[in-house]
Amino acid sequence: MARITRDEVAHVAGLARLRLTDDELERFTEQLGTVLDHAADVASLDLAGVPRTAHAMAVTNVLRPDEPRPSLDREEVLRSAPAVEANRFRVPRILGDAP
Amino acid sequence: MTAAAIAAAVRSGERRAATVTEASLAAIAAGEGEIHAFALVLADGARRRAEEIDAQVAAGQDPGPLAGVPVALKDNLCTRGVPTTCCSRILEGWLPPYDATVVKRLAAAGAVVVGKSNMDEFAMGSSTETSAFGPTRNPRDTSRVPGGSSGGSAAAVAAGFTPVALGSDTGGSIRQPAALCGVVGMKPTYGTVSRYGLVAFASSLDQVGPLATTVADAALLFDVIGGRDERDTTSLDRPAPRLASVVGQGVEGMTIGVLAEYLEGADPAVAGRIAQAAEVLAAAGARVEEVSVPEVRLGLSAYYLIAPAEASSTLARYDGVRYGLRVDAEDTAAMNVATRSAGFGAEVKRRIMLGTYALSAGYVDAYYGQALRVRTRIIDGFAAAYERCDALLGPTAPTTAFALGAKLDDPLSMYLSDVCTIPTNLAGHPAISVPFGTGADGLPVGAQVLAPALAEATMFKVAAVLEAGAPAVGAGS
Repeated sequence: MARITRDEVAHVAGLARLRLTDDELERFTEQLGTVLDHAADVASLDLAGVPRTAHAMAVTNVLRPDEPRPSLDREEVLRSAPAVEANRFRVPRILGDAP
Repeated sequence: MTAAAIAAAVRSGERRAATVTEASLAAIAAGEGEIHAFALVLADGARRRAEEIDAQVAAGQDPGPLAGVPVALKDNLCTRGVPTTCCSRILEGWLPPYDATVVKRLAAAGAVVVGKSNMDEFAMGSSTETSAFGPTRNPRDTSRVPGGSSGGSAAAVAAGFTPVALGSDTGGSIRQPAALCGVVGMKPTYGTVSRYGLVAFASSLDQVGPLATTVADAALLFDVIGGRDERDTTSLDRPAPRLASVVGQGVEGMTIGVLAEYLEGADPAVAGRIAQAAEVLAAAGARVEEVSVPEVRLGLSAYYLIAPAEASSTLARYDGVRYGLRVDAEDTAAMNVATRSAGFGAEVKRRIMLGTYALSAGYVDAYYGQALRVRTRIIDGFAAAYERCDALLGPTAPTTAFALGAKLDDPLSMYLSDVCTIPTNLAGHPAISVPFGTGADGLPVGAQVLAPALAEATMFKVAAVLEAGAPAVGAGS
């Protein structure tokens, strides 16, 4: 697999909602390349037919009775919010052009 | 003094919890300036809690199996109304509105929380140097790292600040610092300890576990924190563990495999200690043989695709909207970017990037999908070994504690210090690190005992025999 490029790193940063400085871009391109080179042993294996394991101790269909119970205290939750208005989280403008 | 001895003395009224707490706080006051094991010391809260416990004893009540025992909590365990930062700028100022289940269980058992311990930011690191609040130093040699990411918890126990601590282990973050600081550290079977209130790093791998000075204390703590919790849907529906009683039962008749792959990259002095540990087990009546699980060689690569992939998803929640840091901008999307770029440190950004890349269009099958298939192969490889063996033995880390700064700018070399701990997390199995003498540099070596899923009882029996037969750590502190 071709080594990760600076442009790809910049693209991935956008997907991850991170803005990197030129210095970070430079360093991460080099460092991610080194780690991905090491991962080539995994990427190049022929594992056709081997199932994937997402959870080692998979537990399925965990249900509980559908009974109302108290949830977190609203005031206590909002106390740690960066900005609050009318008992809700306040955020800057959402609609409009993407950055 | 061990946690078991403190609890016995407090329960019987022979010693006051307040006296024990003051001794712990005094040790912290004397040594913390040099070690920096804590992100936050909770002296007032600890004193209040100790008084409550003494009042319970005076009233003829039993405060529980950890009565008056000072505990350090890794700073990724939520404590209601008490800052929980994961040692990241992005969570500065956040006061959790609830306690983690393990924190509640400790409180119900009579423990006294004396502080939140330092850690690599979001548990991403092997040296506690990526903490936004500065590194922790190894109490055995302050020019060295304590390991990580639970380095603050390991250092607090090694320095004698607290007899026990809780950490979390995603790829070795309890066992590796325990080994480097010369204490006991245990990673339980996935699902045996609740993750409710443990701030997520990689949800299919994270598990909370104990650090202690003795194997018996680790078992005592595990007995308190383990067991089903309906608030964690990955928690297993099984009876609560009772392991304190199995310690000391011996290994006679067991077959223990020395894991060849774990010795391949190990420092010769570390490998020598593991050979010596194998002799101790043989002398105690176990059948010891060499075992090969070649699939574990792929563990490091698979882990550094799976864990970052999960982290890139779990850390998407830090968007400046509901808690923690917000860096304002003209609209919400720009605010998200500004907040995350300012709030996360370099290693966290690196892992988010790596995970996002491994999950991105065109690469998801080659990287993430392949890593999940390797995970299956590793589980199968261990299963084959456990057809013959009751437990496996190897080093916890390939080297003793390294110098501060030595690996900080070389991520791959830092990642390699977890090469012997990662396969356990991928398999969901338990493992424990027990101090076993020193390396050529006089610093502690950890012997690691691995066991199949839910075979903690076997593992603790082996660990106790190693503890009893171990050469003293003895490095100058």
